[in-house]
Amino acid sequence: MGKLIDENGIRLDGRRWDEIRPITIEIGVIKNADGSAYIEFGKNKIIAAVYGPREAHPKHLALPDKAIVRCRYHMAPFSTEERKSPQPSRREIEISLVLRRAMESAIFLEEYPRSIIDVFVEVLQSDGGSRCASITAVSAALADSGISMRDLVVGCAVGKIDGQIVLDLSDYEDKEGEGDMPVAYMPNLDKIVLLQFDGIFSEEEFKKAIDLAILGNKKVYEILKKALIEKYFSMVDEK
Amino acid sequence: MSIKKSPIIENLRKTQMIELLSKEKRLDGRSLIDFRPIIIKVGVIQKSNGSAEVSIGNTKVVAGVKVETGSPFPDTPDQGLLVVNAEFLPFSSALIEPGPPDEDAIEVSRVVDRGIRESQMIDLNALVIETGKLVYCVFVDISILNMDGNIFDAAFLSAVSALLTTTFERKTVKGDGNIEVQKCKLPTRCIPISISSITIGDSILIDPTEEEESVQDSRLTLTFNDEGYLCAGQKGGSMGISREQLFKIVELSKAKAEELRVLVKKVIENAQI
Repeated sequence: MGKLIDENGIRLDGRRWDEIRPITIEIGVIKNADGSAYIEFGKNKIIAAVYGPREAHPKHLALPDKAIVRCRYHMAPFSTEERKSPQPSRREIEISLVLRRAMESAIFLEEYPRSIIDVFVEVLQSDGGSRCASITAVSAALADSGISMRDLVVGCAVGKIDGQIVLDLSDYEDKEGEGDMPVAYMPNLDKIVLLQFDGIFSEEEFKKAIDLAILGNKKVYEILKKALIEKYFSMVDEK
Repeated sequence: MSIKKSPIIENLRKTQMIELLSKEKRLDGRSLIDFRPIIIKVGVIQKSNGSAEVSIGNTKVVAGVKVETGSPFPDTPDQGLLVVNAEFLPFSSALIEPGPPDEDAIEVSRVVDRGIRESQMIDLNALVIETGKLVYCVFVDISILNMDGNIFDAAFLSAVSALLTTTFERKTVKGDGNIEVQKCKLPTRCIPISISSITIGDSILIDPTEEEESVQDSRLTLTFNDEGYLCAGQKGGSMGISREQLFKIVELSKAKAEELRVLVKKVIENAQI
């Protein structure tokens, strides 16, 4: 038996192979923003906020036929075990890019020509799978802002630990395991919008991992949907 | 955060492209799964420890490797370092402006880095001089000279070819205190190959040109090791991809990776280092 899964198939944090960590999502946490959300995904604590669609600055960025999306993924210096320099690292710049692309596939950009949609993500505490948690928070924030979208986007990683494909790696499993595969997904359109992976996967394992990631994403989707419904139903009740 | 506008293709060209795709053909006459001609030249920069110039069609990239000594990372005291960096030179396209690497360049660096690292191509444990204190650092710098699509595969091929032909001076302290200098090859284990493809509607195109990339739905770069296992991957493009299409791309790319590996092997054998 390996060191990350015991003989009963239980992982170090008590989960089975197909279980995700506890998730809580709160909508509308940043009052100034047009839309915002806070997510706790395991030990991840992440805020996403959206400004826009608003006039593009600088002007030359604007496109005549659609909106552009800008995304900044940033980790607070205190979010990691050792202090992280506040300057954006190459990793953060890359994650900003993949998050932006994932959201571009969901937003009806052509409804907002000549404008810009700014998406800001701040990781207050990081754990494994922070980009997946971020994309879920971003799509919640976009939904909160009322920007029209084809579908919600949710994220959930899969990975390989002790030779097994398991759902949603924790920080430790990511470090000690053999592979990590963050996946973001549009559940109603059945489309994968973010996919990255590292580690060794056979073709069979790859297919299994994708299917498991889709299953995990559907679980996250239910939680996100519930959070959105709760927020807006409570608003109706107050009136 | 740079937001680049894709080059404007005349609508006619685009319509023509999509029409051809329905007949499984491309503007340059290739089939959907063919690469453009690939030329790999190794040892082009004599002052580097290893180098390679790679052309895929009009895309041209040069990679140089420098091996230096330095201190290891505190969390991996028993491993040498691998650093990959890519830069789009300002003359590589009319759309590139001088400046520090933007997000696209950073993506290329990181995708190439992951492919090499995760395939365990380089035996980093064999690059230690004194555990925790002194190790060899392998710097792979990639300069993109001319852009015509599929930068990822060109950059990857150049990095791998350069690494496979890298030699460096290994210094060892002998019993009598004398330092022995030995010229040796980099300790490599396999030849990882990356294959990029794009989707346009239901069509899958391997080795896209710049023109094809400008109308892509999504891009996928997959890296395979010698055994045909996937070791890194990255989706690009601003549209979703279905599970079925993804699996089809994996199958296609796996076969293509084998073809390219044969080519790289031939080049390395002929290089005689």
